[in-house]
Amino acid sequence: MATTTSDVQIDIDAHDAHHGPEKGLLRWVKTTNHKDIGTLYLWFAFTMLLIGGAMAMVIRAELFQPGLQLVEPQFFNQMTTLHGLIMVFGAIMPAFVGLANWQIPLMIGAPDMALPRMNNWSFWILPFAGVMLLSTLFMKGGGPAFGWTFYAPLSTTFAPESTDFFIFAIHMLGFSSIMGAINIIATVMNMRAPDMKLMDMPLFVWTWLITAFLLIAAMPVLAGAVTMMLTDRNFGTSFFDAAGGGDPVMFQHIFWFFGHPEVYIMILPAFGVISQIIPTFARKPLFGYSSMVYATASIALLSFVVWAHHMFLTGMPIAGQMYFMYATIMISVPTGVKVFNWVTTMWRGSLTFETPMLWAIAFVILFTIGGFSGLMLGIAPADIQYHDTYFVVAHFHYVLVTGALFSIIAAVYYWLPKWCGRMYNEKLARIHFWWAVISVNVLFFPQHFLGLAGMPRRIPDYATQFADFNMISSIGGFAFGSSFLLLTYIIVSCIRSGEPIEDERVWESAKGLEWTVATPAPYHTFNEPPQKDKILSESSHVGAH
Amino acid sequence: MLSRRCSVCSADASSNRFIARYTTKFKVKSNAIASWLLISFFFLPLSAFADLGFNLPKGVTPVSQNIYDLHMTIFWVCVGIAVVVFGVMIYSIIFHRKSRGAKASNFHESTAIELIWTLIPLGILIAIAVPATRVLIDLENTDKAEMTVKITGYQWKWQYEYLDNGVKFFSNLSKDSRERSEMGKVGDYPDHYLQDVDNRLVLPVNTRIRFLMTSNDVIHSWWVRDLGVKQDANPGFINDAWATIQKPGVYRGQCAELCGKDHGFMPIVVEAKSKEDYAAWVKEQQAKQKAAAAAGDREWSKDELMVQGQKVYSSTCAGCHGVTGQGIPGTFPAIAGSKIATGDVKEHINIVMNGKAGTAMQAFGAQLSDSDLAAVITYERNAFGNNTGDLVQPATIKAAR
Repeated sequence: MATTTSDVQIDIDAHDAHHGPEKGLLRWVKTTNHKDIGTLYLWFAFTMLLIGGAMAMVIRAELFQPGLQLVEPQFFNQMTTLHGLIMVFGAIMPAFVGLANWQIPLMIGAPDMALPRMNNWSFWILPFAGVMLLSTLFMKGGGPAFGWTFYAPLSTTFAPESTDFFIFAIHMLGFSSIMGAINIIATVMNMRAPDMKLMDMPLFVWTWLITAFLLIAAMPVLAGAVTMMLTDRNFGTSFFDAAGGGDPVMFQHIFWFFGHPEVYIMILPAFGVISQIIPTFARKPLFGYSSMVYATASIALLSFVVWAHHMFLTGMPIAGQMYFMYATIMISVPTGVKVFNWVTTMWRGSLTFETPMLWAIAFVILFTIGGFSGLMLGIAPADIQYHDTYFVVAHFHYVLVTGALFSIIAAVYYWLPKWCGRMYNEKLARIHFWWAVISVNVLFFPQHFLGLAGMPRRIPDYATQFADFNMISSIGGFAFGSSFLLLTYIIVSCIRSGEPIEDERVWESAKGLEWTVATPAPYHTFNEPPQKDKILSESSHVGAH
Repeated sequence: MLSRRCSVCSADASSNRFIARYTTKFKVKSNAIASWLLISFFFLPLSAFADLGFNLPKGVTPVSQNIYDLHMTIFWVCVGIAVVVFGVMIYSIIFHRKSRGAKASNFHESTAIELIWTLIPLGILIAIAVPATRVLIDLENTDKAEMTVKITGYQWKWQYEYLDNGVKFFSNLSKDSRERSEMGKVGDYPDHYLQDVDNRLVLPVNTRIRFLMTSNDVIHSWWVRDLGVKQDANPGFINDAWATIQKPGVYRGQCAELCGKDHGFMPIVVEAKSKEDYAAWVKEQQAKQKAAAAAGDREWSKDELMVQGQKVYSSTCAGCHGVTGQGIPGTFPAIAGSKIATGDVKEHINIVMNGKAGTAMQAFGAQLSDSDLAAVITYERNAFGNNTGDLVQPATIKAAR
């Protein structure tokens, strides 16, 4: 530990050997190491996933049959609201930032993130924001009960007192996201191996780079929305109150101007993950790398000009409805290109089906189903019948659970052996996959029927004709929820006692700079940047695989 | 009470036999009854399989039928694309696997192919957008309406005003649904549980009806599937929609936009009648409204006030303040023992009639008649242990207006 400057200059390897992590718990508080922070993000996200999942279990238990059996409507609304907020801001987004922290420096041959201390800060804001958000449940009048979209005036004039804490928590989550995004952009732009051109970068890095720009553009808009709420609630303004000259629909415009890019923030990195995994197990370079990059960029640009498709029923002028309909269905073109590219990557490959590949294939199929229902929802006149029903609930759970979450699980199975130098239990992992993939469809597929049959979302009790599908959905929900106990066991036992791996290349056909460092990945990597020939031979999108 | 019907196989006996075999096979004799009950509990509310709705209904208006056709068109387009894409993928999964000795090719780029699968979907989208635009233009055109109904959303009920003939009333969740929906209630569900109201919106068939939607508090959304109408009701703004109902009948819906605690408990029932029946109904309503206004001019006895007061309380106040007047601590104040309901009568009348700014307490002066206000205030001052003995007469309310 007590190395002198000259030691470092003389022998970088020796420096590596005795500059490891600090001992004790303070290591995690003070750390500026991208791998440590990635780990912190991932464990935080996993904890929040379990908390948000427990709330989903409360929701599905109450909806198991008609009538109120377990929770009062007001508490039910708090559950749906916090489930959404925690899954979006606590689970999915931090999990992707965690993956970015671990993987981006490894994939671009960088020694660490560009701004390590800010990295520490952006993580450590999160637990405080999360705890503040959850603490509202124990306040007088209960937590936020106005849905994760918190439409005014339900979230202003008619909201519980704890709403001000909710606003503060959102502000803090926003700070964290923006700092994380700045760090990722700075890292990709400045820390990349000098010989790596932008179009040499793995697709996961590309999708995250684009996502980071989305975050910087979208999160301040959300901060603006909640700040206006704050002043409406406490300082006598009337941004969203018609009685004072404001407009409640303006809230929705502002919210969705953030909210629509937000949904792409949660799916673009998933596209990146899948684009890394499929070539590995198809033993074939990714088909259409550059079209994937352009498709990602065009999805990101389009995401800023389609927000009002969430608002077809707010009384928009017909010209507005037409424009937002056309712009929205346009998104299915670049998204389709991605799916076609993945399928073509598999075509005439030499496929094997290790667990990460199973999750990736499930992602492609189930995310595409979510895409189809998205296309249907984008058709303005048809949206009249779908809007605010369980059809929408089914749609966004297909893209966010079997989309975003499945890609995160795939990524963890794919990279965990590299991170900890141990293999997970393949047999248990397969059981977990089939358990989860079957139950998640039992959970969400019937919700399409419920929506078409006329069941609105966010209701704690329902008419008896919805009973059957709700019960099926709840049974699927309990099964899917319990699959995460198995996942916890698989991950913990892998880290603690999985079979040790020596190979640098954990998967025989994997390409990428992360597979050139030792296994488990040492605390410090790429003190010297990789050379051009190595970068090219490790590319997962050019040359022989 | 336990329904033993299994909806999946729609057979009673066979499922019973299966369960019986299952329970005995695993020798859980002592637990057999318990598991039986548990399994029955799982299947309790399952109705017959035929009741399951998988798809949108065609509905009874031109708009709803157009939407249905559009919905089916997009659905089949999606199915077609899915068959092709998933077909290729599944073929690849089966035939291009390493265990079959598949050798990986190395192709990874083709501008021509990328161009083809950009342009073909674009063509499909244009083909969908054309009919969608046609339907959209038609449903947004509310001209040439023969009558107009103004719909106002309240937490948690609807008000209907027939602008052409002056009929106006509130429509609340029906009493039996409200009672069944109390926490922990068991037993049979009433007919049309949670989709039944005290006063239906009665409309004539074959008439082009314009709806104007607005709200008194938060955003609601008025939705009746069979009419093809779903439109947000925004406070301070007015939206519109239209329908020509082609078939007499009863059509049910409910609020579609989260509007607070009882969002799930504000149903909509539309009853479409022939033009003649509708005209008769309007006459009847106008007579009723006259009678109600006259009732405000006479003295009421305490019993009369209490009976009417309980009725008004359960439809108008119980949603927030609770059937037993306990409210919800921290959110909705209790009536039982409250300072207002046991203190100065004037203050009580004032808060009921004018509401309380910045809270969910609405100004009921505009919603209820003199006699209903007098009755409900009297009721609140004498029920739930608030034995003030005060009587409030309709004349007092009239004076306070």
